[in-house]
Amino acid sequence: MATADWNPLGNVYYRNVELYQMDWNGLLELNQYMIAAAPYGGPIALMKDDKKTGRVSTNVKPIINVYNAAGKPLSQLRWNSGNVVHLGWSNTEELLCIQDNGVILVYDIALNFKRTFGMGQEAKEMKILDWKVFSSFQGTGIAVMTTSYRIYLINNVDDPRVRKLAEVPDLNSAPSSWTILNLDRQSRALVAKDAQLFLVDHGGQYQEQFPELASPVTAFIEMAVSFNNKLLAMFTDKGVIWIGSSDLKKVYCEFNTKASQRPQQLAWSGVGAVVALWDKLCIVVGPEKDWIKYNFESFVYLVQEEDGLRIIGNELHQFLQKVPDVTEQIFKIGSMEPGAMLYEASKEFSRRSQKADEYIRMIKDKLDVAVDQCIQAAGHEIEPSKQKALLRAASFGKCFLTDYRPEAFVDMCQMLRVLNQVRQFSVGIPLTYTQLNHLSVPVLIDRLVLRKLFCLAIRICHYLKIPDAEGASRILAHWACYKVQQKHEDEEQLARSISQKLLDAPGVSFSEIASQALEQGRKQLAIKLLDYEPKASEQVPLLLKMDQNNTALSKAVDSGDTDLVYTVLLTMKDKISNMGEFFMAIRQMPIAYSLYIQYCRQQNPKLVEDLYYQEDNFLAEGNCKVVSSYSEEMFEDRIRKLEAAITCYQKAKMEFASKQTEDQIKLLKIQRKLEDESNKTYIDMSLHDTMYKLTQNGNHKMTEQLRKDFKVPDKRFWLLRMEALAESSDWTELERFSKSKKPPVGMEAFVDVCMKYYNRTEAMKYVNRVTPDQKVKCLVKVGNLKEAADSALESRNEDSLNIVLSKAIQSNNKQLIETIRDYKIRLNTKK
Amino acid sequence: MDVHLLKQLQRDQLAHMLESEPGKKDFVIDPCFTKLLDRIAGAAFLKDHGVDKIYKLDASQKSLAGTDIRFYFVRPAIPTMKLIANHINAEKSSHGLRKYKIIMVPRKLHVCEKILESEGVYGSISIEDFNLELVTLDNDILSLELPDFLRNFYLDGDQTWLHTVASSIVHLENLYGNIPNVYCLGKGAQMTFDLINLLSEKPREETVEKGDNQNIGHLFIIDRDIDFVTPLCAPVTYEALLDEIYGIECGIIDLTNPDSTSNAHGGKLLLTAENEIFQMIRNRHFSYVFAYISDKAKELKLVHDKKDDLKSVKDMRHFVSNDLRSLKQQQKLLAQHIGACEYIMSTKSKGSFEEFTHVEHCLLQGSDTRECINFIEECLFKQTNWLTVLRLICLLSLTEDGIQSKDYKSLRTKFLHSHGFDLMPSWFNLKKLGILTEYELPQANKPLGKMASITRRSQFKSLSKRLNLVPKVSDNVDLRIPNDMSYVFSGAYTPLACKLVDLILSRESLISLDDVLRLIPGGVKCDMRLKPASKARGGYSIPSTPAAKVVLVYFLGGCTFSEIAALRYLARREGYKITIATTAIITGNSFVESVMERKPI
Repeated sequence: MATADWNPLGNVYYRNVELYQMDWNGLLELNQYMIAAAPYGGPIALMKDDKKTGRVSTNVKPIINVYNAAGKPLSQLRWNSGNVVHLGWSNTEELLCIQDNGVILVYDIALNFKRTFGMGQEAKEMKILDWKVFSSFQGTGIAVMTTSYRIYLINNVDDPRVRKLAEVPDLNSAPSSWTILNLDRQSRALVAKDAQLFLVDHGGQYQEQFPELASPVTAFIEMAVSFNNKLLAMFTDKGVIWIGSSDLKKVYCEFNTKASQRPQQLAWSGVGAVVALWDKLCIVVGPEKDWIKYNFESFVYLVQEEDGLRIIGNELHQFLQKVPDVTEQIFKIGSMEPGAMLYEASKEFSRRSQKADEYIRMIKDKLDVAVDQCIQAAGHEIEPSKQKALLRAASFGKCFLTDYRPEAFVDMCQMLRVLNQVRQFSVGIPLTYTQLNHLSVPVLIDRLVLRKLFCLAIRICHYLKIPDAEGASRILAHWACYKVQQKHEDEEQLARSISQKLLDAPGVSFSEIASQALEQGRKQLAIKLLDYEPKASEQVPLLLKMDQNNTALSKAVDSGDTDLVYTVLLTMKDKISNMGEFFMAIRQMPIAYSLYIQYCRQQNPKLVEDLYYQEDNFLAEGNCKVVSSYSEEMFEDRIRKLEAAITCYQKAKMEFASKQTEDQIKLLKIQRKLEDESNKTYIDMSLHDTMYKLTQNGNHKMTEQLRKDFKVPDKRFWLLRMEALAESSDWTELERFSKSKKPPVGMEAFVDVCMKYYNRTEAMKYVNRVTPDQKVKCLVKVGNLKEAADSALESRNEDSLNIVLSKAIQSNNKQLIETIRDYKIRLNTKK
Repeated sequence: MDVHLLKQLQRDQLAHMLESEPGKKDFVIDPCFTKLLDRIAGAAFLKDHGVDKIYKLDASQKSLAGTDIRFYFVRPAIPTMKLIANHINAEKSSHGLRKYKIIMVPRKLHVCEKILESEGVYGSISIEDFNLELVTLDNDILSLELPDFLRNFYLDGDQTWLHTVASSIVHLENLYGNIPNVYCLGKGAQMTFDLINLLSEKPREETVEKGDNQNIGHLFIIDRDIDFVTPLCAPVTYEALLDEIYGIECGIIDLTNPDSTSNAHGGKLLLTAENEIFQMIRNRHFSYVFAYISDKAKELKLVHDKKDDLKSVKDMRHFVSNDLRSLKQQQKLLAQHIGACEYIMSTKSKGSFEEFTHVEHCLLQGSDTRECINFIEECLFKQTNWLTVLRLICLLSLTEDGIQSKDYKSLRTKFLHSHGFDLMPSWFNLKKLGILTEYELPQANKPLGKMASITRRSQFKSLSKRLNLVPKVSDNVDLRIPNDMSYVFSGAYTPLACKLVDLILSRESLISLDDVLRLIPGGVKCDMRLKPASKARGGYSIPSTPAAKVVLVYFLGGCTFSEIAALRYLARREGYKITIATTAIITGNSFVESVMERKPI
């Protein structure tokens, strides 16, 4: 019968299911050990406790053993640190070893040391009296009570920040009991000073609590908080168990056990019942004062779970659980629930009995509910045979439904398969379906990875069709990290086997594995592995770390990411003290080289010149010198720089450039002299501007000299001089100049320059001297359209006449337009 | 391809970044971002997200006042970092508790971190990336707004921004789907494509083959150095002229005439497709802009006159509530454009614009070289604006495959005599770029050293002949209603990049273009995965997807508004939807100026 092991507790049932026959049976006696078992079917840590064995403590260091939930040994460690008073597990399955001086050492499941932290100075000096490992809203927390009865706590072992809780007033002896409560996202301690209850927080506040109490109490001597932190059980010295909400506002019941002894353990089974354990006897108390008694053959240890209580003993590992509602609905004797009928129908069907049909007919319109119930119930069964029977019933019921969505059924089948796998003795994670839902599959996979069950983890990922990037690749990366830690394997072979497995896996970071290898001191292996890393941004920094500068540089250059190149360059520059060596290294890579020059140009221009010099790039060096000469303050320094530039240009066989630089020096020197003489600025003007200014200032002699020295073409000289004279309104000089010899620029240029400075009178003087073919154009320029028209008529040029006409139209001179039209007719008739 | 999606994303990103630090904060921005931020968000948006004061980063400021949180929104450049470090060090004593956050756009660079470290402020700041890459300037223009790209990449061989270009394309692909056909014109383009493949999270080939969610059919990545001729030519379309004369920054123009005292039609103006009048004239040849404007003015007058014959109160209300406001606005816009046109006209007529144009056309055709050189010399004697002359000299060199030694020397001497010796190193820069070279007898050809790896020699004449870039006179390019892309240069020249886009798109392959493409410096590579529909075997044709008509043209090193106009014309003619992405929009002057030798800092 399915209900054979059910025990009623009020109107619900509890059942005690056997999970495992312990592997350690006969090898050890649990009552001699300090025990810590992680929730969610986690590992169990044992350490021989001298106090329990009653032996005189020896100098032999104790041994810590870690087993899986089936009692199979996983790892072992000889303790060589301080005095361990308590063991605990964090929510990421790290073993927390609490020493009497408040120092906590953290180990992973394989007992590799991870890190350590303390609980503050006071704990260190005063030693600790008591301790609690609790699950906070941030993770796993630890609270310790020092011998001066102060409580220190941290909320998260991954980020240990010690907080001191408020002190309980007048606490002169150890409190009769205390525990940590999680209320409103804050951890507080509930401390019982005999019959008084205080709630203290880290804000320095304490509140005395007055829970409703029917029976008199002299002291609360034991406390237990439920897994979900909402319920609280307290045991009084009169043997009464008080059950209520954790904020102490609600009371469910007070149950008198009539036991005078303090229970060995007080724990919650899920949220429905409190379990008190005395040696081999245990009482399960429900909220309605109902109770069940269980007897055990030997010492047991209780582990609270979300939906039940695990009982670990020498021989057996059991699970005490409230029978889930849906299971009860199906299996309860005489149940008329649709699920129960369907289950019956399916059983009859397999017996080829027509009763199957009758049952189905009875629940025809509630068949979908029936199927759902069977599927759900299957999830709550530990035994595969029972799961199968229920699933078969669900599948049978499904046949009669036309539009039933199959997802729930398929999902359940998959989940059960996974659950059955991890529940296996060798894996030893006795998760229930409810727990798995809470824990989630990715976390389960992480836990398998922690246990180095890579193959199983990957198979599960594939089975559940988890994308490779989130599942298999991650596991493979972990596997590879584990592999590189195994020092006995040949590096060459290791690199090959890792790459073989990981190359096709998307999203695997080879650099992570390589850095792991590097941490293990296997540099060659790391370099080999890094070669497979496709992301240069990951690869390069690690290569640099390993002093593989040149490889790093070439990888950075290949990536096309200049930022990486810079990273390498600057690191190399810092590392290599000898600049020459550094230059030698980078000159092989044009991209790196030009980047470095870019950098220097902004940081240290002098260095650029050196670089060019080193490279025999004399032209560029010369250019640099020319450019930098402009920022020299002293005239002599400028000249010196330019002279140096000439040398560079000569080396570069750029005679023309060196000649031009020489000219510039010559010009500068003249300008300097001019400045000294005239108190006007000339330096940094171009040759043209210098001559222009000189002309304006009337220094014609010097202008002439410059003209000769620099072989200024006539045309430039004339244009320059005309303009300068016109601008300074030296019209007489301009006229003299126009008559000095035949102008190489034509007389119309004089007209232009006069008009530019708005002197029409002067312009007219030159109009009369221009060649006849230019005359019309010049007259138009001076704005004398009438004469222009006349002149055009004279030269019988119709095109010119048209130009004048268009100008006339623009200026809207009606009279003139008439005249020109008239001229045009005349011109045409004459032909 | 809705480019406004990009803008929305950037706004959200900006808001997120600002909100990341609760409380009031000051915002110090790189001057180059002022217009750009205006286009994305605007000051009100920043204020809404907790920004208290906005400062422009200025070298003259030693320290700043303000709230306890300060954001620096800057390009990752060494001088900028030093400036910031100075601020922080100066404020250390008075505002020790101030929180500094440096946001580097588009990403943080290790060099900058090093600088901050060596300046001793690394401990008091936090650094963040802000992935602002392509900015939406208009319906069809995206820009990285990185004018330094040209110099850094082509002249200094610094590939930093190439990475940004590639990553911007990868981001576009994430947003609009993978682009099946990619054509790389030039060496930098091919490097970009390699980087794209490297940066894409999933192998591009696979996703492209799958072909889901493809919104863009073709991507052209075009190196500026395959065609330096285009930016050197004087623009003639309205928008290009506005850019050259006023300067358009991030689509915003300041119409205040630099030398006019009256400021009647000045003010800032946003130039996008939403500006209706501008949209009609932006791509027109300048000589036909006035025609439209006067038509429009008449039209407005008509509407305006309507007010005189309003019969009933109802009509009047209708007029006032509907027409009047838009009328006022249009009038204002029109006045602004008229003002701009007048100013352009006056600038152009001041110099000997016609002669310039004539010389430019002669150079492009390769005729009367001697006369052109004489003209250039005269310009030098007359002290014409040095940039203008230098552009002509460069054009001469490009079209002639280098200037003959004698002329080169005489031009250089004259140039330096006119404009100063300090410009000499710049001539070497131009030489390195291959824009201004000396034609020497082969034996004297000395290599410039390893640095000159990205230089080229112009093949201008042969290319122009094969691709018919310079239309013959008989082709009769209509400038009013364009019938050829070359209208953007008055029918004198078709921008090479645009011509190639046209050719490749019309053939949907590079077949039979081999001999032409061989002449492109740096070569051409393509990666085609979208097979042309007509080539399907077995008689039936696969209907081509709408994406096949969507084209993205990405210019490395900037493009001009003339090229944009030409591509817009091409899109209109062939029914393509062309979006132009560029590292920056350049003009001839900004292009030449950017490669000049600068004084060290």
